[in-house]
Amino acid sequence: MAERTALRMVNIEKYFGSVCALKSINFQVGHNEIVGLIGDNGAGKSTLVKILTGVFAPTSGDLYIADKKVDTHSYTVKKAHALGIETVYQDKSLGEKQAMWRNFFIGREISYPLGFLKVREEKKIASEIMVNTIGFRGKGIGVDSKASKLSGGERQGVAIGRAMHFEADLIILDEPTVALSLKEVRKVLNFVHKIKEAGKASIYISHTIADVYEISDRFIVIDRGEIVASIAKAEITLKELDEFLLEYSHGLKDKVQP
Amino acid sequence: MNRGSSRFAFLGKIEGLPIAVVLAVLYVVFIFTAPSVFTGYRIYMSFFQTVPPMLVLAIGLTFIVTAGEMDLSFPAVVALAGFVFTWWFKTFQTPIIGFILAIAAGAFVGYVNGLLVARLRVPSIMATLATQFFWYGVTILTAGGLQINIQEITTTTIHTIFVGRLFGVFPVQALWALGLTAFFWFILNRHKFGEAIMFIGDNAEVARVMGINVDATRMKLFTLHGVIAAFAGLLLTMEINVFFPTQGQGMLLPVMAAVFIGGTSIAGGAPVLVGTFFGSYIIGSLEAGVVATGIGGYWVQLVEGLVMAGSVILNVVIGEEGISALSRTARKWAVPAQAPGGNGHGRDDTA
Repeated sequence: MAERTALRMVNIEKYFGSVCALKSINFQVGHNEIVGLIGDNGAGKSTLVKILTGVFAPTSGDLYIADKKVDTHSYTVKKAHALGIETVYQDKSLGEKQAMWRNFFIGREISYPLGFLKVREEKKIASEIMVNTIGFRGKGIGVDSKASKLSGGERQGVAIGRAMHFEADLIILDEPTVALSLKEVRKVLNFVHKIKEAGKASIYISHTIADVYEISDRFIVIDRGEIVASIAKAEITLKELDEFLLEYSHGLKDKVQP
Repeated sequence: MNRGSSRFAFLGKIEGLPIAVVLAVLYVVFIFTAPSVFTGYRIYMSFFQTVPPMLVLAIGLTFIVTAGEMDLSFPAVVALAGFVFTWWFKTFQTPIIGFILAIAAGAFVGYVNGLLVARLRVPSIMATLATQFFWYGVTILTAGGLQINIQEITTTTIHTIFVGRLFGVFPVQALWALGLTAFFWFILNRHKFGEAIMFIGDNAEVARVMGINVDATRMKLFTLHGVIAAFAGLLLTMEINVFFPTQGQGMLLPVMAAVFIGGTSIAGGAPVLVGTFFGSYIIGSLEAGVVATGIGGYWVQLVEGLVMAGSVILNVVIGEEGISALSRTARKWAVPAQAPGGNGHGRDDTA
């Protein structure tokens, strides 16, 4: 392994009871690579993301983050954060009724020794991120606004801005553009370009193949809990990728070895 | 566009303001309708004596409701803690150990609730309904259904500390309740634990993916509520110098009412602890107030219902946006014929 990787999974499997959700998953993400993860509903993408982010542990297999092996059974969201993995979800990144400054620091509060919050400091940093990184100007939205006042695109902007603030090395975007207008989708994609420019890695999950194609360096296709294809962008055009997926979903194509 | 369009917008940011106004209005009404009672200090001293146990329970319940949960078992904890304390005091004459044991009993009940809710995933309203019956049963059984008199408690230091009379008139428990309100306001609004509870009540999935240990927080929450309820039970038992096995019964609905008229959302995630404080005093003052006006005891529940409905409606209508909208309207009424061509301040309708 000459190349540095942000993430590597070796023979990861996950069972829920006797149901197999993921079967011998092997894949890696380079340290400055954007990987598009494609798959139908129920293919196992969400399970994969939850294992990566420490929400739950795999049944077996090894996980390497920044080329270091991670003990999957003591791996938690907090540890994932500490190791530089951040996740932006479709709809569960922000607490709707909570102020923006709380949303920036939830789970990673700046606090005094007894656990009381340094509110002023949190607000100051949150305000800087909102204005400088995300580009909120005026519009009546500030650190004290509730998250419910933001548009869908703004919310994802906040989530991505938060991830960048905490200096994530790998940002996982799980369907970040569902239910967004085209203009807002564009904003989100621009943020992903920024991730690449900043020298970081990302896993981008979406149903919109054109978006995935635009921003990814490589595509991984997952189906029924298995990785069925891994294709570099240079090897395929958008049209070919589209056709490949269509044929695949109609069962016309045999499995391609990754 | 202009966010600062209302001079009174800040009013909406004052926590619990609508309900504080309701309390003030209520007392003004009582002063006019029952002047002989409400212009003297005695009635207020009586409220400071009777409201604190309820207020303490309501603080705990505000935490539970904020996390999107419910706890129906706290009246049983009031009884159990009272029993443990009085029995120990009667048997060993060491009230401080009795006090600690009573608090521990409350913590244990809360911990079991937490296990049922967080570990076994029983919906909290069902789990605590069951434990409410169970712990009342345990209390009545061990007490043999009898009450315990502890008149001797009035001479102990612990009695003076918790339910004594400052300057011979002011019930100290009112200060405990006030102090606890302030302390728990900081826990809820300025501490990691409170923030975790708000996010869990808002959306437990968000809390989980942001790294909050949701189950552990729920365990702590229910245990804390057990401790708080036990303390309320001790205040009550020491104040009346007697334990009776059914004590606490009848407190469930008033305490819930105090939380909800205070403005805390039943949907979770949005606590108004200051509202709970004033709400408890409203609930605690209504009965005495209505009776004192002389319109007759049969009116009590009707008036209580009206005040509660009114408070809840007020909280819904006058939210954060409500007050600024209201004051904008009020200004339009106040200056109806102001010449147009200013800086567009508030006169958008001329465009």
